[in-house]
Amino acid sequence: MGAELGKYKSCVSARSTDKELLKCAQDGGIVSSLFAFALDEGIIDGAIVAATKEFAAKNPSKVILDSTNFDMIEPWRPIPAIVNTKAELLAAAGTKYNISPNVALLKEATRSFGLDKVGIVGTPCQMQAVRKAQLYPIGMRDVGASIALAVGIFCMENFPYQSILQLVEDHAAMKLESVKKMEIGKGKFWVYGKRGQVVQLPLKVTHKYEQPGCHVCLDYVANLGDISTGSVGSPDGWSTVFVRSKIGDSVWAKAMAAGVFETQPIEKVKPGLELVSKLANEKITKNKATLEARKTFGVGKALRNPYI
Amino acid sequence: MADKITLGYTHLSGCTGCTVALADNYAGLLTLLDKYVDLKYMPTLADARHVQKVDVSFVEGSVCINDKLAVQELKETREKSTIVVALGGCACYGNITRFSRGGQQNQPAHEAYLPIGDLIKVDVFIPGCAPTPQMIRNVAVMAYLLLKGTKEQKDLATAFLTPLMKLTEKNEACFCELMTQVINQGLCMGCGTCVAACPVNAITMEYGKPNGERDLCIKCGACYSQCPRSWFSFDVVENYEAINEAIMAALQ
Repeated sequence: MGAELGKYKSCVSARSTDKELLKCAQDGGIVSSLFAFALDEGIIDGAIVAATKEFAAKNPSKVILDSTNFDMIEPWRPIPAIVNTKAELLAAAGTKYNISPNVALLKEATRSFGLDKVGIVGTPCQMQAVRKAQLYPIGMRDVGASIALAVGIFCMENFPYQSILQLVEDHAAMKLESVKKMEIGKGKFWVYGKRGQVVQLPLKVTHKYEQPGCHVCLDYVANLGDISTGSVGSPDGWSTVFVRSKIGDSVWAKAMAAGVFETQPIEKVKPGLELVSKLANEKITKNKATLEARKTFGVGKALRNPYI
Repeated sequence: MADKITLGYTHLSGCTGCTVALADNYAGLLTLLDKYVDLKYMPTLADARHVQKVDVSFVEGSVCINDKLAVQELKETREKSTIVVALGGCACYGNITRFSRGGQQNQPAHEAYLPIGDLIKVDVFIPGCAPTPQMIRNVAVMAYLLLKGTKEQKDLATAFLTPLMKLTEKNEACFCELMTQVINQGLCMGCGTCVAACPVNAITMEYGKPNGERDLCIKCGACYSQCPRSWFSFDVVENYEAINEAIMAALQ
């Protein structure tokens, strides 16, 4: 196990000690608990998270709905939102499985939302975007120093909204509004209905619906988050957590001291880091091959490589 | 101080917004001038205004080819500077001056404006309208390290500046670059960065991909350059913590 897991200071398997929060959480409730704790402690004064239409209807001042006709927003379409309280966090919790353009709110969070210390959660590519914005703040005036906590989530690939629609409504034959939770795990795409029904789709079916832009990504475990987390590697209901930066280390230590999480050594849990490492390597190898194939995509003509 | 680098600032057809952005580093600017940079000439912030021999010159604004003095100053800037930095959207890409058709008072015949890279070789681009104080600061510190630093610091500065040097290969950028170089190339993953970067709110995310209101776009190039899929250097960005700390320490 090496570079595929990125730089990190510590790694544990963890879950929130907040039972109420765990009910709304995707796995171990890491992101929601961390942000709730950081809000309480004043480490952040707001966080950018992925919410939904229901959240936006109840909290119109927490989102920016540009030209979109509100009635046209479908269930499970993620809407980036600024949350300032635990109740708002819980209302937005859970994985949406189609990308929420959270970075779109990053500048506005420090402007009309008035945040001095911003929390943001995002996929590995969004963590890359955040760090690039700090080092090369070309269109991000006075934003970099306001980013107080960036939490990355593990990501194999993502789906456009229409793909989720097609997977759930055509393949799983469920109405999107009747879905309680979606999950990828144990080699399957799981759709849980509000009435208790469960449909599983083999990943072979989902592959062709993936976002093409994800296929050049070389980061599985959000190497550039202050803290990164995901279910892979830990038992059901727990999450694997990498603490990566100085900021991450400080926030995590404070949260542990406050009893926000219970943890187990990652070496003691099944399937453990080996699986994380295996999946990370799979993603990186597959996507390096895609980048390689792009070099000779045409006849003497290459597709663009974004990496310098 | 002997080991300062010398800096010049040539002001062509720009609105002084870039100058203000530079000044908006406040105490950071004073530290830069104290420790690292000897400002040789600059129309707004220095007494000397005429182009002199310097290590680095910033050029603000596009160049009006109907204005002999502007063309001459630009050429002289190139001849007398080791590194020419196009500062801001106008110098890099033409920006809002691309829309000029002349006819304005008091020089109605000044109608044709070009990004400076169309007339001279430019070494580094800092896109954006206005460029941000922090980006100017970072490039200034890196330029200092490149010219006066240790071997290690030179390597870091080179790695940091390389993407900004590569940007100089093309003098056109607007929202269209996101379409042609990112989305059309199958590279966009919908992170939303371009929306935040746009200074005129011309970009929204529609079903996970950016949609540009092209009549609003001023052609500053910020969206494309800020995009993590336009260019991305693992060597540099993975060391973001150390680099940020080094820059902040340099400004103490």
